[in-house]
Amino acid sequence: MLLDLLNALVALTNFVIVPATAYGAQLALGALGVTLTVAVLRFTNVAHGDTMAFGTMVTILATWGLQALGITAGPLPTALLALPVGVAATAGLLLATDRLVYRFYRQQRASSAVLLIVSIGVMFVMNGLVRFIIGVDDQRFDDGTRFLVSARDFKAWSGLDEGLAIKTSQGITVLTAAVVMIALFWFLNRTRTGKSMRAFADNRDLALLSGIDPERVVAITWILVAALATIAGTLYGLDKSFKPFTYFQLLLPIFAAAIVGGLGSPVGAIAGGFIISFSEVALTYAWKKVLGYLLPLGLAPDGLAQLLGTEYKHAVSFIILVLVLLIKPTGLFKGTST
Amino acid sequence: MSGPFLHATGMRGGYGAADILHGCTLSVDKGQIAVIVGPNGAGKSTAMKAVFGMLPLREGHVSLGGRDITSLAPQARVAAGMGFVPQTRNIFPSMTVEENLEMGGFLRRDDIRPTIEQVYALFPILRDKRHQAAGELSGGQRQQVAVGRALMTKPQLLMLDEPTAGVSPIVMDELFDRIIEVARTGISILMVEQNARQALEIADIGYVLVQGANRFTDTGAALLADPEVRKSFLGG
Repeated sequence: MLLDLLNALVALTNFVIVPATAYGAQLALGALGVTLTVAVLRFTNVAHGDTMAFGTMVTILATWGLQALGITAGPLPTALLALPVGVAATAGLLLATDRLVYRFYRQQRASSAVLLIVSIGVMFVMNGLVRFIIGVDDQRFDDGTRFLVSARDFKAWSGLDEGLAIKTSQGITVLTAAVVMIALFWFLNRTRTGKSMRAFADNRDLALLSGIDPERVVAITWILVAALATIAGTLYGLDKSFKPFTYFQLLLPIFAAAIVGGLGSPVGAIAGGFIISFSEVALTYAWKKVLGYLLPLGLAPDGLAQLLGTEYKHAVSFIILVLVLLIKPTGLFKGTST
Repeated sequence: MSGPFLHATGMRGGYGAADILHGCTLSVDKGQIAVIVGPNGAGKSTAMKAVFGMLPLREGHVSLGGRDITSLAPQARVAAGMGFVPQTRNIFPSMTVEENLEMGGFLRRDDIRPTIEQVYALFPILRDKRHQAAGELSGGQRQQVAVGRALMTKPQLLMLDEPTAGVSPIVMDELFDRIIEVARTGISILMVEQNARQALEIADIGYVLVQGANRFTDTGAALLADPEVRKSFLGG
């Protein structure tokens, strides 16, 4: 009986908790970027998914460059070394986009609806740029050790029937996300520049009166968004694979996460990321195995006990999104209502 | 330096084609409290905005401490020694009281701790609430945060746009007491007030504006005693 329970727990950890935690951390980083844009720049940036794709693409190209030079990070993926290049290039792209596009509309004091539509245009341009440079195909760029814990080793160590595997990319994802989030909160809450960003988000006119330079706040926000998008995209790519179209689709769960948590609220973005990821994974997971261990022999389900096919995982984000908008439009952590 | 500390003369201007101010003149000496009163739509707040550079002037000049600042943007006027407390949206609601004060002193490069301490000495309740989000405070306390924020640049002229709007009479009295205290430190005060009678009681000089122009100008006490002012603007 105890053994069954342990096996069920290991199976649950292996197939639900570990992948959902890693995926949730990736969504949370993406949602943080979206929420920062909403809070400081006051619009919903539809181009965020493609910003992630661009950042990841540059990181991949830099990874290939490093590999060609014979430089690797040993057991860790080389992409981690290439990450700063991706962040810098993406920051450059976003700052240039702001100068060429968004600044004009900011000076016109355009509404957030207009800026949202503008960002759709930006999205198509970035979309084309990425496909033009790296193509539409799947790219795998993870190297180094594949597993932190392999299923076989775990079985041998524990003596259980069920194995537990933790991929290096999953461990790195969670660790990096934690470091990035702590750094971001430290920046926003402790530094003069971070506080000036929050002040600008809170009350733009009063921030101007207090002598806070809006263009500087906007530039720093774009740089942070670039870093968050590139890191989120690269971690996702290491964990799964890089394909431009997948990144465009990632926009849905990321938006759902940001809205569920409360648009404009960084804590909400993180909570939302994990809520979405756990819901997606739990609803599309076939529970047959876990239930088989837990239920008495006769009651074990014959079918897969899978509530939704994995093809419908985006529908899960959408259902949660719609429910939140209906019941609590400002999200869990009182962001701006959409 | 001769003449009043703040001297705004013959201000004429408005937001669109039509002028709201028709030759309005305001001046405040060092450490004085000047109060602008008048009926609704008289251009009281507009006159204050014009002094602060938030309204383009077609005619007239504004000088501060003998320096002509007519062409300066509001931010530059803050640097020149003006502090402005808007009527609404005058705090950073999601930030703590202390962070509000820090943002008030954003332009300063020197140590702002002593000034924060001065603000806490003036408004002791803010010290108790310094780690609380400003948006969670009561109306009167929020006004104190707003005034405190404006004091952080160590202004020589503090401008208040209806500081007592929407607060209880007790809180209003207390705010006026604090404003007198601020003036005693040598800071000039220019204030627009809806509660004309109480405001004129503490005013060294009062301006009654009607249709964007000066109608009466005198000491606060003299205006309160003037039968015509009482009848038309103070409700008898």
